[in-house]
Order: sequence, then structure tokens, then C-alpha cells
Amino acid sequence: MCATCGCGEAGVRVSSPHDHDHNHGHDQDHGHQHVHPQEHAQPRTITLEQKVLAKNDQLAERNRYRLAERHIVAVNLMSSPGAGKTTLLERTIRDLSSDRPIAVIEGDQETLLDADRIRRTGAPVVQVNTGAGCHLDAAMTHDALDALDPAAGSLIFIENVGNLVCPALFDLGESGKVVIISVTEGTDKPLKYPYMFAAADLVVVNKTDLLPYVDFDLAACRRHLAAINPRAEVVAVSATTGDHLGDWYGWLGAWA
Amino acid sequence: MHELSITQSIVDAVCERAAGRPVLSVKVRVGTLTAVVPEAMRFCFGVVVEGTVAEGARLDIDLRPAATHCRTCGADSEITDPIVLCRCGSADVDVVSGRELQIVSMRVG
Repeated sequence: MCATCGCGEAGVRVSSPHDHDHNHGHDQDHGHQHVHPQEHAQPRTITLEQKVLAKNDQLAERNRYRLAERHIVAVNLMSSPGAGKTTLLERTIRDLSSDRPIAVIEGDQETLLDADRIRRTGAPVVQVNTGAGCHLDAAMTHDALDALDPAAGSLIFIENVGNLVCPALFDLGESGKVVIISVTEGTDKPLKYPYMFAAADLVVVNKTDLLPYVDFDLAACRRHLAAINPRAEVVAVSATTGDHLGDWYGWLGAWA
Repeated sequence: MHELSITQSIVDAVCERAAGRPVLSVKVRVGTLTAVVPEAMRFCFGVVVEGTVAEGARLDIDLRPAATHCRTCGADSEITDPIVLCRCGSADVDVVSGRELQIVSMRVG
């Protein structure tokens, strides 16, 4: 079983739309140091004082170094299911791919549906299916990067599993974390899922074209966000109509 | 259910270090700002240790409250919810504790 993600029989799968059989390799840094037991029977206390996610963090650092070496910027996109991550990505790829190469890692529990949507934009994409897993981790990202083999200077979007809790804890080796909420989800989302919003570098409020039809208070949402995470920037856009997408592209341009 | 993969990481690290000796207990330090639910971690621990040298081990969770130092007014405070604010209203605070997620020690037989 993988030390980092706990995946085993459930089976993480990394695949691209044209290659559906690449398994999660687990061949990196899973070596175990075997210290042979000495002949002793007295119970004793062993001090460890190590971070629980030390292995994930080491792998994430390795991913980060590998990306920086090739001037690749990776952005980790997180949201609840249905906030519009894939739609925002489709639009972003169409609008920006003439400026720099864009590639995508898609994370979902099952199916290649999102990877197929991205593939139709022409961008290279691999799909990570986490099976029972509720988040991507650094090992999955490592394997996905192997399969994706992005061009130097690329902008990579990592679309995490739709979940506002678990992905917040796992460093993937990304350059920045973006949290997307949609106006149909409710103004108080940042207060309900503070850990996720506290981790964000940018919060994208999506589906602003629906504001006239829903009870969503954008100013109050910004206040909640400022209370949880004063350093996060906020942009309000509609990926469907393209409204204010320039703000999102401006952030990407400054960040990447 | 990130507690499952987090607990798996704990048990893997502990079993590796135990090198075949039975593990009697494991002590972990968990900050209240980490989004880890102690009850969920305890439940996962019982499941994950099955069939390992840590089967039957006791899990001690040292839950660390969140504390901040305010850079505006200088006050040190303990906070009870995930909104990291000083009592003076300033958000310009250092989180002094509450983000720990560490394996402290273990007892082997």
C-alpha cells in the first residue's frame, strides 16, 4: 500500500484519453529502510518527532524542483463538485494557449469525462482516477507529470478532486493554490470550509452570470474570505459568458 | 476522509521504524487548525493497524489548541475557531501553534 495516499486495492489510475492502462507506479521513494531488530525484550520508547505528511511533503518538493527546472508553473485548482473548474479551464485554454503551452492534470474519483473535455480543446491532458481517494497527493502528481511530460515553460493546471476539505492538506508541489466557488453555492461557503479557503492564494467566484437569479451576496462573501484569509486575492468571473475573465488571466500572468 | 491516508502515513512510518518489534502505543500531536478530526483518526487507526506489528497498539493524541501572536497589538491569544483573528480585530497575526501534525514517539515491546 502506498505510504502517502493509502491507496491499494482501490487502485489509483493515471491515464490519458489515448492510453487507458497506465497504472499508478509507486516506484519512487517508497523504499523502506530495514533496520534489523536487535535481541532485546524490554519495552522502550522511541522518539520520532517527524511530520506525519513528511513523505508527501518530500515528494511535493521534488515535484516543485522538477517543475522549476523546466520553468513550468503548476496551479492547483480546488472546489466543490460542480463549481465550474472544467468549464473555466476549457475557456482559459482557448484564450491563453496561443501565449504559452498549457497542459492539464485532471483528478476525479472515476471516469475520463473531464479529460475528454480538455482533450477537445487541444491541450495535453492526463486523468488521475483516485478510486476511493478524496484528494490528489504528491505521488499521484509525480506519476501524472511522468505521463504528461509537459513542454518546458508550460502552464499546468491540476484540477483536484471536487472536495472542499481533504485537498487542502496535501502539497502537490504546485506554485499556487486556487479555490473556485460558484454563486449557486451560498455566500457562507468560506466560513463553512475555512481550511480550504485559508490555503488559497486566489479565490475565483464563478458563475456571476447567475447572480440575478440566486441569493448570493458578493460583498459579504468577500468579507468572509478576508476574515479567513486576508492575503488571498479574489476575482469574480463567469466562465460561461467570459465576464471579467481578464482579472483571472491577469492574476495568472502575474503569478505564472 | 483524509484521516485515512494521514493515519496510513503514521502507521507506515511507525512500522518501518519498529523494524519487526511489536508496537504498544503511538503518540501523535495534532493541532486544531489541521482539519484532522481526532475521532476519525482513532477509528482509522484501528482499521489500518490490522495485520501489522502495530495491531492492538494504543493511539495517544496530543491535541494542541490554536494560539496566535498579534503583530498589531502584541497580544497572545488562544483561538477556538478556524478564523485566525486577534481579539483586537486584527488579522495580522502569527499562528504560534495549532498547525502541528507530527508523530511524537512510540513504545515498542
